[in-house]
Amino acid sequence: MILNRSGRLSLGLPAQAPGADRRPGRPIPAWPLLLLAVLILGPRLALAESLTVVSWGGSYARACVKAYHEPFTAESGIRIRLEDYNGGLAPIRAQVETGNVYWDVVDMDVADAVRGCDEGLLEPIDAGQLPPGADGAPAEKDFFPGSLTECGVGTLFYSTIYAYNLERFPGAKPSTLADFFDLEKFPGRRGMRRTPQVNLEFALMADGVPMDQVYAALRTQEGLDRAFRKLDSIKDQIVWWEAGAQPPQMLADGEVTMSTAYNGRIFNAQVLENQPFVIVWDGHVLDIGQLAIVAGSPNLEAARKFLSFATTVRSMVAVGRYISYSPARQSGTALISTHLETGVDMRPHMPTTPENLAGGLHYDWQWWSDHIDEMNLRFIAWLLR
Amino acid sequence: MRAAALVLPLAAFILATFVAPLAVMLGRSLYDPLVADALPQTLRLLRAWDGERTPPEAVFESMARELLQARREKSLGRVATRVNRVQAGLRSVLLKSARRLRGTPGSGAWREAMIAIDPKWGQARTWHAVRRAGERFTLRHYLHALDLDQAPGGGIVRQPPDLRIYLPLLRRTLAVSLGITLLCLLLGYPIAYLIANAPPRRAHLLLLLVLVPFWTSLLVRTTSWIVLLQTQGVINDLLAALGLIAEDQRISMIYNMTGTVVAMTHVLLPFMVLPLYSVMRTIPPLYMSAAASLGASFLQAFRRVYWPQTLPGVAAGSLLVFILAIGYYITPALVGGQSGQLISNMVAYHMQQSLNWGLAAALGGLLLGGVFLLFLVFNRLVGVDRMRLG
Repeated sequence: MILNRSGRLSLGLPAQAPGADRRPGRPIPAWPLLLLAVLILGPRLALAESLTVVSWGGSYARACVKAYHEPFTAESGIRIRLEDYNGGLAPIRAQVETGNVYWDVVDMDVADAVRGCDEGLLEPIDAGQLPPGADGAPAEKDFFPGSLTECGVGTLFYSTIYAYNLERFPGAKPSTLADFFDLEKFPGRRGMRRTPQVNLEFALMADGVPMDQVYAALRTQEGLDRAFRKLDSIKDQIVWWEAGAQPPQMLADGEVTMSTAYNGRIFNAQVLENQPFVIVWDGHVLDIGQLAIVAGSPNLEAARKFLSFATTVRSMVAVGRYISYSPARQSGTALISTHLETGVDMRPHMPTTPENLAGGLHYDWQWWSDHIDEMNLRFIAWLLR
Repeated sequence: MRAAALVLPLAAFILATFVAPLAVMLGRSLYDPLVADALPQTLRLLRAWDGERTPPEAVFESMARELLQARREKSLGRVATRVNRVQAGLRSVLLKSARRLRGTPGSGAWREAMIAIDPKWGQARTWHAVRRAGERFTLRHYLHALDLDQAPGGGIVRQPPDLRIYLPLLRRTLAVSLGITLLCLLLGYPIAYLIANAPPRRAHLLLLLVLVPFWTSLLVRTTSWIVLLQTQGVINDLLAALGLIAEDQRISMIYNMTGTVVAMTHVLLPFMVLPLYSVMRTIPPLYMSAAASLGASFLQAFRRVYWPQTLPGVAAGSLLVFILAIGYYITPALVGGQSGQLISNMVAYHMQQSLNWGLAAALGGLLLGGVFLLFLVFNRLVGVDRMRLG
């Protein structure tokens, strides 16, 4: 894919900050220097009370803007500059190591937040300073276990599911994870995220490994081979995606008949665009989204203020009125209500609803934070074969 | 003397922007002091270890203290990442141990305490990995770049088949570069001949047709190939409209090897045409006529009179195209899809994604060494002073 979700050409080149390699030079006349100073400092001064928040783009970023970016700006007067990325630590590491930090707050998955924290790329968070729950319970008690880490504060639960386009399957309908890998019964191309994460889990579960033994299997060579063999069986039919906004697009264009996707993106396509997509919850992989502050953020105070605001029950519940992701705080569960724009009851669409939760696998971020580099290499080697 | 002063700015510029960064990067592929600086005592003690049984208590105590120290200095994460590259899974063992060891056990109890935190501390493999990650000067990255690895007990072994990436890619890169060089030669030779032997006015026009794409941005040319070749693109649309292919049988000509070869051949063609042209221009057409008048057929005359004289141009063009192709990055990244990726895309991956700069540098070093070798061989066969670069 060369066009990323915002339609820009993406060359895989690292983002470069303006002025990243300014060096002291020979004396030059004063007036260009002055002009330069105005050009360089001018925008910085104007941005003094603003924050750069980095998120996953598309309908999820839009939900966050409506739910807590805009209210935060209205309350504090601090403007928010939104940037998109597709996850990963590389851009943050580049900023911290060159001492040129221009991202303040980043929306991350837990595995990345934990790794980033260990490497000193993120600011530690004092959970005691976070606002209490809706029922007054202190933050440490209110957050679901595992959603607060040393540097990351959980915001919501999301799931990677697979969805299919109803129009492409007039007869029998896919209903299990095994169906996703069954090209005979359900022909057509499949969309999958171009990472080993979640795909290996899907492959094993589809191959009949019980949910509670998936990660035990991945720890063995036989288990890994089994996962890749399963992926092999559909390899020539896979279309790889990178940004969360791509799968609904690919399903709508008919580029694929089914695709793995984030559940909220498919939900939004269903209710807002009336797309004939169906989510299959069998074997979905549940993970927590977190917010974290980049170490050395030039707007640390404002970033902390924003983080506190964004992780209140009110903000979490508000996000859940735009996209089907459920609050990372226990006191938020009871407050899940309807989709703001269409009035659809959100409860059945949330990944943590009991019926959905029962068929779901909890993403083991601990295992992944240890093995991501190794698995990436294996995955690339497999892609090249 | 004064002449030397004139090139001084350029020399300084090249030194600062090319030679120095190159040296620093190549240095990274061999030298990595991070772990050695963080665990000096432990590594010293490990030197005396027999390599088979669990190390003695002193090693555990020193390891624990240095882990805690690294944690205080916030370098633990980077140390753990380095060790994890030698043996996957050790990252969290190190981090977890430093986290839990805060309630320090008394002297003599470090070994039990650490093995209780993670049984991997009791395995010799773990300590071998620590020792290897602690080497200041290491050939590890070069071994990895050749799909090799050091066995825990010493000796060099091949990586397991599902981790072999670079040699197959290197082979693919060489094959593709050779293929592109040949294609460029086949396509470029007649064009160069045509330009060299056309009347001046037409020659200028033809030369301009070669130069205009040459001056056009690489990105523009690559993206125009996307417009032409994609499944919903110009060529497929045309073929479908003419009824030559069915609507659902559109040919995939891009995001695969075909895309890479087509786009790269087009991008690199001028580098072949220009040296060829500059050599052919100096060959008087009379030679061919003389050969013909002595009874040689066109093919004979070409093979025995013309072709040998163009060899310096052929050599120069081929070398240029081949060297450029071997390190090509943007075009395969844009139009190569999965099957059209080359070794430089892996260098980019390790520079930007995995941030394993040592390995990226080793891959780059291998490429550089290969090109150097090639150059030497060429120099032997053709002689650099005989080559005409344009």
